[in-house]
Parts: sequence; structure tokens; C-alpha cells
Amino acid sequence: MVLATALAACGGDPATTEGTASGGGGDTIKVGLLHSLSGTMAISEVTVRDAELLAIEEINKAGGVLGKQLEPVVEDGASDWPTFAEKATKLIAQDKVATVFGGWTSASRKAMLPVFEQRKALLWYPVQYEGLESSPYIFYTGATTNQQIIPGLDYLKEQGKKKLFLVGSDYVFPRTANKIIKAYAAANGMEILGEEYTPLGHTEYSTLTNKVVQAKPDAVFNTLNGDSNVAFFKQLKSAGVTAESMPVLSVSVAEEEVTGIGVDNIVGHPVAWNYYQTTETPANAKFVEAFKAKYGAAKVTSDPMEAGYNAVYLWAEAVKKAGSVEVEAVKKAAGGIALERPEGLVTIDGETQHMYKTARIGIIQPDGLIKEVWNSGEPIKPDPYLKTYPWAGGLAS
Amino acid sequence: MEGFLNQLPIGLSIGAVLLLIALGLTFTFGQMGVINMAHGEFIMAGAYTAFLLQDWAGRSAVLVALPVAFVVAGLMGLLLERAAIRHFYGRPLDTLLLTWGVSLVLQQLARDLFGAPNVQVLSPTWLQGAIGPMPYNRLFILVLAVGSVVAIWLYMSRSAQGRRMQAVMQNRQLAATSGINTGRVDQRTFFIGSGLAGIAGVALTLIGPVGPTLGTYYIVDAFLVVVAGGLGQLRGAVIAAAALGLLNSYAEFWTNASLAKVIVFAVIVAFLQFRPQGLFVLRSRALT
Repeated sequence: MVLATALAACGGDPATTEGTASGGGGDTIKVGLLHSLSGTMAISEVTVRDAELLAIEEINKAGGVLGKQLEPVVEDGASDWPTFAEKATKLIAQDKVATVFGGWTSASRKAMLPVFEQRKALLWYPVQYEGLESSPYIFYTGATTNQQIIPGLDYLKEQGKKKLFLVGSDYVFPRTANKIIKAYAAANGMEILGEEYTPLGHTEYSTLTNKVVQAKPDAVFNTLNGDSNVAFFKQLKSAGVTAESMPVLSVSVAEEEVTGIGVDNIVGHPVAWNYYQTTETPANAKFVEAFKAKYGAAKVTSDPMEAGYNAVYLWAEAVKKAGSVEVEAVKKAAGGIALERPEGLVTIDGETQHMYKTARIGIIQPDGLIKEVWNSGEPIKPDPYLKTYPWAGGLAS
Repeated sequence: MEGFLNQLPIGLSIGAVLLLIALGLTFTFGQMGVINMAHGEFIMAGAYTAFLLQDWAGRSAVLVALPVAFVVAGLMGLLLERAAIRHFYGRPLDTLLLTWGVSLVLQQLARDLFGAPNVQVLSPTWLQGAIGPMPYNRLFILVLAVGSVVAIWLYMSRSAQGRRMQAVMQNRQLAATSGINTGRVDQRTFFIGSGLAGIAGVALTLIGPVGPTLGTYYIVDAFLVVVAGGLGQLRGAVIAAAALGLLNSYAEFWTNASLAKVIVFAVIVAFLQFRPQGLFVLRSRALT
């Protein structure tokens, strides 16, 4: 954060004036889509790009934005964080896009953050993340911790799960998430029996499974990311762990991942998100139908895809309100914009540039879809620094 | 204590996985000296073979796929050897770059054919369940690894083809002057080595992800086993795989997964300081 403020403070140098990309010079408005289309993260990020392309297509069909058609410029972040920074620079400086929709892992976002702050350009980041961040040049359309992890813990507590085991990939999101979980547990009389991290791309989970089984927790809180989830759930299942004996609550497993993991291996386990393909809203019926029509009936829609899809609409709405694609005007116009989205009402919080979102806990069904069993009732105000939670004091520093 | 004891079979089963992914490399890398970075993608090809066969073989696809994947991956290896690698014999760095390029192409090909997300390969119902800490599917992999080693050993020591292979490995020039068609032997070696990767791929569908980047998760471990075991040494690979499996299992049990990786690498590096040639050395009269 120190770095971020320092960078934001040096506005006005030549590099930044170039960065206030108008992107609206010609008959079209260029927008950048920057996701990993190759490498270990491609499995997840390709689908978000698809959802964003669908939103762009729909907006164009409806007449575009400010009378201009949107023109997507797609780049590949290649699951490599420096590449994300490099491609972001290219999109801003060379393609002069009006805004960028992109990223998935926190590492990719952290790599892009200085680029966007320095060049005063806009990034829309569509994935749930570990919070404790609020860049003036990023809009976060996925959940922050108080809209996903804390509701997940509330749910486990409600179910009477008092002893937890924490399993995560070894990088910033799981480590920060687990810090929050431990603080929550301490304040709520829950016990943490173990905390284990594995490298990204790790596929050998027999030892970890043994540790979990020996510790006999009531539930496992899972922050593994990517392909590791497949190996983890397959090996957990063969060790005889079932959703009844030891539910594993995941925050990075959505509809897309269920097929790869194998429904057999994960059926009955809970997940925490803000959106499921089965969420019952009029906007969702339209979204699912349009997505399947464009990409095939076998495709599923998931939370990050929906957040990416929303990001394009929210940006377009802000542009309409601002009457310009100029970054500062769009930022100013964005606060307070409220749209009925597939997940329900989404409102941009102008102060944090995060969204008001409804938290939903779902259970994985035998057909691979996720059925909601609990929700927060109303959209939760984003609180990336957990300022409103007394037990979370000291986490943000 | 129970957890500690459980780690023993777990270590052996990790060793079995390591052995299975490294077996093919003992042929192509160990015997022919080809650093084949595309070996991981042959493993991937085996896994996708099981996925494709699922359509008509159902849950038994894993069994049916074993021989089919051997042939599919073997033919891919043969094609690679004939089309490219043979022009680079004796130039290990060029081969490394070439096969690395091929591995990237194959990954992208898989992505185009099967999509970026992982696919689902159902494991047979009779492989569900466990004896103590040892799930049946791990046991299956252990049996498969041991079976493959025995088959290879019989082939190498009992069949005429296998003995010719050994002759070429020990002294290429002398074998050639004795009338052995070394080019033919190279093709066969590469076919078998790549085919074994295909078998490993089928087995891995039981425990891991099946996607375009599958190969990248295993390639480094495969090379580690071959290097630690000694080039071209079947028993070296067996012992190295078992030792690394157990080391991995206990290191992770006492520390954590990230640190266990560091410990395993550190031990191998230290070991290679004392025995750069690996556990076992091929004694030959070749003037190399």
C-alpha cells in the first residue's frame, strides 16, 4: 500500500498523461481483456474472458456505448505475473484502451496494480480475493472477504462446526484468508486444528489427507486454487472422507471446476460464492441462456464469469452516466450505480470501488450444479479492510 | 502414531507414482541420452486416451486404456524421434529446446481439442475404497508400477530385441559393427519409453487432474528419479523412486508440502555431490 500511495502521488508526469487513454477516438471504443489463455490458470480465466466477450456483444447489439461500438482487444497473461504487467502496459499505451477487464489470481492483480496507478488507467478485476486493498484505479467486482469468507464461516458456525482444518495453496490469497479465519475463530470459540499450504500446481495430497484425517476436524476450509483442487478432492474421496463425515468448504471451486474434479468426488460439499448458475433472478435466466447459446449447451456459468460479465455492464453504465470514457469522469460517475444482475442487485460502493453483493452458500449437487442453501438476505456492504469487525483489528496493518 | 505409520504406505505409493512417470524416461533419457521435455505431454496423451475411451468403455475405461495409451503415446514418441530428434543426436541442448517446443505445441493442441478446463475421467467402482490408509486406486498404481518393471526387466534380459537394446546402449559402434541396426533399435527404444509415459498418464487419471498442463506437474519429478537412480538403470530408478517417495512422505508429514519439496531437492543435490553418476552406474567399455 505504501508503494501504491507513492505511485499515485506522482501524477502528472508524462507517462501518466499518455495513460489517460481516451480509447474513444474513432468509431469504436477499445476495451482490453487481459486473462491467462495459457498456463495453469487458463482453465479458469478463459471462461471469464468468454463471459466478458458475451457482455460486449450484447452491449454492441443494443447500440453500444455513447453511440459507439465496443471493440475488445484480447491479450494473454499466460499465468505469469510479469506478463500481466507487460500486457497491461501494452493495452494502455499502445492500444489506448478505455478500460481493461482482467486478472484472476491476486498475484496477477498485484503485478498489474502499479501499472494502472502509474498510468491512471482503469482495471476491472472480476474475482473474489483476500481484501485489504483498495486501489483508486481498480474496481473489484468479485467478493471481498466479508462477502464470502466471513459468511462461509458464519455458515459453518451455524452448522455447529467448531473444529476447522485450513488447507490452501501457498500464495497471498490463502495466507491472508487464513489469517482472517484464525481471527474469526478466536473470537467465535472455534478451534483451528491445522493449517497447511501446498505449492500451486501441487498434485500429491496423500500426506495432507492423512494429516487432515488424523486431526479429525468438524470441517475443512479449503482455499486451494486451480488444478490442485482436482487432486485434493480425488485423494480425499479415496481416503474415505465424505461430505457427511467431514464437509470441505471451498471458496475457489465453482461450477466450471466441478466437472474436472469429478462430481463423484465433491458431491455434497459446500462452497461459498455470490452467484450460482441456479440462482433465481430474471437477469440470470437471460445470462445462462445467452451464454449457452453462444458457447454451447454443455457450458456452465460460474461466479467469476458472472462478475466479469457484470464488470462490462457496470463500466458501460458508468460511461453513459459520465458521458465520456475518460477515466476520472468514469470513476466519479461509478459510485452509487445499481444494476439488477444475475446474482441480484449489485451496487458500486464509490468509496472502496468494491460492490455490494449478496453472499450465498451452496451445496454441490449430483448433476454438477450448485444449489443454494443459505444467503445473507441482502447485499452486504463491502468492507475490504474489515473495519466494522472488532475481532479483525490489526489484520489490515 | 497412527499418522506416522500411515506415512509408510503413503510414501511407497508416492514412490510408485514417481516410478511410473519415470520409467519411460529411463529408456529415452537414461539409455539414449535424449532430454525429452515432451515426456510429460506423452503422459498427458495417455490420460486423454482414458478420457476418450470412456465413451464406450464407461467406468472400466482405465483398464482398456492401458494398452491403447501405450500404443498412442508410443506412436507419438516414434513420430517425434523420426521427424525431429534423430537429427539432433549428440546435441543435448538443441534436443532440450526442440522437445520443450514440442511440449508447448502439444499442450496447446490438447487445449484446442479438449478445451482448457480439466476433463472428468471416472474411476472404476471396484477401485473405490481403501485398506487402512491405502486406497485401492493407490494400490492399483503400485501393482501397475511393479508389473511394468517386471515386464521391462523380462523384455530387456530375456528377449532378443531387449538384448540388442542393451548392446546399443553399452557400445553403439560395436553393436553397429556386429550387424545390429542401431537406428531400428533407437526407434523401438523411443516407442517403448514414450508408451510407458502413456501408461503412467492413464494411472494418473485416478488421483490427479486431467488437463492440458498435466504433464508439467510431473516432468521435473520424473527427471529427478532418473538422475538420482543413475542413467539407464532400472533398479536405480526403482530404488530412487521408493526412497524419494518415502522421503517426500515423511518430510511433508513433519513439515509441510512446500518445505518437503525443498528438503527433497536439497537431499538430491547433496546426494549428487557424492555420487554425480546416481545410485548405480552403467559399466561399459564404450569410449565416451
